[in-house]
Amino acid sequence: MIRFAQLFAAIDQTNSTNAKVAAMTAYFAAAPPADAAWAVFFLTGRRLKRLVPGSSIRQWTLGATNLPSWVLDECYAIVGDGAETAALILDQLPSMAVDADTSLARWVEDRILPLRNAEPDDQEGYVLTWVRELDRWQRLVLFKLLTGELRLGVSQTLVVRALGRTADLPATTMAARLMGDWTPSAAWYGELLSPGVTKDDLSRPYPFYLAAPIEPTTTPAALLGDPAAWSAEWKWDGIRAQLVRRAGEIHLWSRGEELITARFPEVSDAAAALPDGTVIDGEVLAFRDDRPLPFSSLQQRIGRQTQVARKARDIPVVFMAYDILEQDGRDVRSEPLRVRRAMLEQLVTNAARQAPSRAPDRGAAIPLLPFEDPPVRALGPTTLRLSPLVVIGDWEDIGRLRGESRANGVEGLMLKRVESPYGVGRKRGDWWKWKIDPFTIDAVLIYAQPGSGKRASLLTDYTFGLWDNGELVPFAKAYSGLTNEEIAELDRWIRRHTVERFGPVRHVEPIHVFELGFDAIAQSSRHKSGIAVRFPRMLRWRTDKPAAEADTLTQLRRYIL
Amino acid sequence: MHKLYWVREMLQETSAGLFCPDGDFYIDPWHPVPRALITHAHGDHARYGSAAYLCTDACAPLLTRRFGPGAVIESMAYGQSLTLGSTRVSFHPAGHVLGSAQVCIAGPGGRWVISGDYKRAADPTCAPFEVVPCDTYITETTFGLPIYRWDSTETVIDEVKGWWDANAANQLTSVLFCYTLGKSQRLLAELATVSERPVYVHGMMLPMIDAYRAAGVGMLPTVPLLEKPKGTSFAGELVLAPPSARGTPWMRRLGQISDGLASGLMRVRGVRRQRAYDRGFVLSDHADWPALLETIAETGASRVLATHGHAEPFARYLQGLGLQSGVIRTAWEDESGSDDHE
Repeated sequence: MIRFAQLFAAIDQTNSTNAKVAAMTAYFAAAPPADAAWAVFFLTGRRLKRLVPGSSIRQWTLGATNLPSWVLDECYAIVGDGAETAALILDQLPSMAVDADTSLARWVEDRILPLRNAEPDDQEGYVLTWVRELDRWQRLVLFKLLTGELRLGVSQTLVVRALGRTADLPATTMAARLMGDWTPSAAWYGELLSPGVTKDDLSRPYPFYLAAPIEPTTTPAALLGDPAAWSAEWKWDGIRAQLVRRAGEIHLWSRGEELITARFPEVSDAAAALPDGTVIDGEVLAFRDDRPLPFSSLQQRIGRQTQVARKARDIPVVFMAYDILEQDGRDVRSEPLRVRRAMLEQLVTNAARQAPSRAPDRGAAIPLLPFEDPPVRALGPTTLRLSPLVVIGDWEDIGRLRGESRANGVEGLMLKRVESPYGVGRKRGDWWKWKIDPFTIDAVLIYAQPGSGKRASLLTDYTFGLWDNGELVPFAKAYSGLTNEEIAELDRWIRRHTVERFGPVRHVEPIHVFELGFDAIAQSSRHKSGIAVRFPRMLRWRTDKPAAEADTLTQLRRYIL
Repeated sequence: MHKLYWVREMLQETSAGLFCPDGDFYIDPWHPVPRALITHAHGDHARYGSAAYLCTDACAPLLTRRFGPGAVIESMAYGQSLTLGSTRVSFHPAGHVLGSAQVCIAGPGGRWVISGDYKRAADPTCAPFEVVPCDTYITETTFGLPIYRWDSTETVIDEVKGWWDANAANQLTSVLFCYTLGKSQRLLAELATVSERPVYVHGMMLPMIDAYRAAGVGMLPTVPLLEKPKGTSFAGELVLAPPSARGTPWMRRLGQISDGLASGLMRVRGVRRQRAYDRGFVLSDHADWPALLETIAETGASRVLATHGHAEPFARYLQGLGLQSGVIRTAWEDESGSDDHE
């Protein structure tokens, strides 16, 4: 634990990526394998789930210090991190340094994980006893482990680099081995570093290749040049996933590297028709009557472990395939997209031919979407589909098609260079997403409160209101979209124009108008305004517009279809 | 709660700051006034333009450097008192920076002490804080929340030295940002206990370092960075600079660096990460939470007014302890997240 807390501190206390990699490499060289395994688990952003709620740690902190709870709220508003707030306040409890460095694995396996089944009173007793053995950094690490908030501030790439250096293996092998589900142990760590091919390598997906956004301030014409070098597809609003078919088994991985095979049995059924040694990339999409359903429908299939079959009938899904990464056991990611596309089309056609005929709907070729020219058809049993190519004439045509996105139930367009390999991560240049313009509305800033993490102590969490019968009704919170300079300016302004404070929340004079953008809108009984908007963000500070001229709730409601 | 506390008796809140009608003077006014009592020479307490200033003997040379020779500055020793109107006024050490003082006013309105900025930790560059018993205590609360609790100065100086040494081993220049008045001299004085190596300093640091040396404060030798010819390597050296120099072309001379900020604000990890310093050294010239509470108890004051930083929650906390308490506003930023001189 001491060593791991030192690693956390070393990573936290430098902005140099080389220094971060050096700190990790030194840790891996010195730590016992079981500890190193857990360290990799946490370094790659995995967390222990549902251990102790943040509210318990609050209660224990208050109990140990006799502070009123509102003081903790004020502190949290400055610190922006629950675990750190507790560690800073509990600093008044003396630390009785214990000589032995209890191993990280022992901490996690023998102390922290068993907490889950302990009575709340016992939990408090254990944790407060442990706290006394630890110094400030170790306490911070402990609380972050308990609440599942531990983030070490290193990218996956850096972890992979450090591990690759430790094992003397290529980064690509390391990256693949870190994908998906694994349980940290000394044995697992041994396999992670082992030079040969391991059994678990068989279920693993590849790192996802991500598209960079085309910002509203630019255009494909300006950014991408000759349209002939590009291929276009719809941007589906579902769950990005890889379908892995190897050694007779099927694994469906979400982009969050979660195994979601069991949630979507119809996808595994369809994948049975794929040959062994196949990995395809695509989108799990709620789909009915040849149209995508909104993402909110798909959400009902996520996280639901019971009644899977019934839900599958109510909300059917398809796997919309758009790339192939492995064929006949061979990694084909370095082939150009046009070659991979041909392979994928062949694969899906063959799968359709030999698929069982129990497909519920018609089974024959079905037009996918009405706007294809020439029509690209979804083939065979309709669960496994080919994401159709959208024909590119010139950039103006494609701009017009993008304008139809919302009506077609898609989020915009994907533009991929036909010669592009399948890359790793969000590497700019070859794959772009060109999303539809968001809905926009001009709203008035009415409340502000401090942000968290790097925005601790800065007033960066804003609530916006729209006019309704002469009053401002709160309708959305937004955190993103302003530059650091704008945030600083607004922070100063808010502090001087606070009308009233409710703990850390400040009611401000209704002066400033912001153009907000959002992606979707729906009725909601849970919101005071009666409306919920998806991913609201600030597009522009409308310094030109007085608050009285901001928009009304009625104007917002007009967006609801 | 959170209401402006109107001081009716000894002191009044005015648009220029705290005013004492019985003595006809202001304390640390932020606009020009006929007579200003100054607790210390930091920019948010000592503003230019008043007709006459009164401060401690040790503060006077710093004020003169700040305001120029034309300013009318009178001074007196700590503990000495002076009659102003129907009040007796005296200065007492606040332990914040060289010449910093608490102001004690005794008069028909009772005995009031205005703390100015203060700390309780020992500081070789200034006189240690003295508790002054009073009826009403106006305390600063820059760090008035229980998350603020300082390690011993020795611990922090060891951290700074450890960082400097590790950087030297890696051929990096250590750039430590700190306020030009107070913090930099305290660092130079404390570092003299663990090193003899000269420290390079930014030009803006020089006048106040000279003033401290003239006052007899012992510190590590300093070398103005710009005296060195272009192309000089600073690898392994320690450089002190004001935060405003960060990111300016001046930095280009320093080669590969690791940087840090010495400030109580660095107690919060998110605040350091927001500003992207490699290291934050929690060294403050303000009282931490336990020191504030301890000081208030020691003054025996029956009423405490809080100002600067977390004044509102601090006052509310005192009320919960049964003390009469309120808030005095300042024209300055009201929370430690802002750009104060810590």
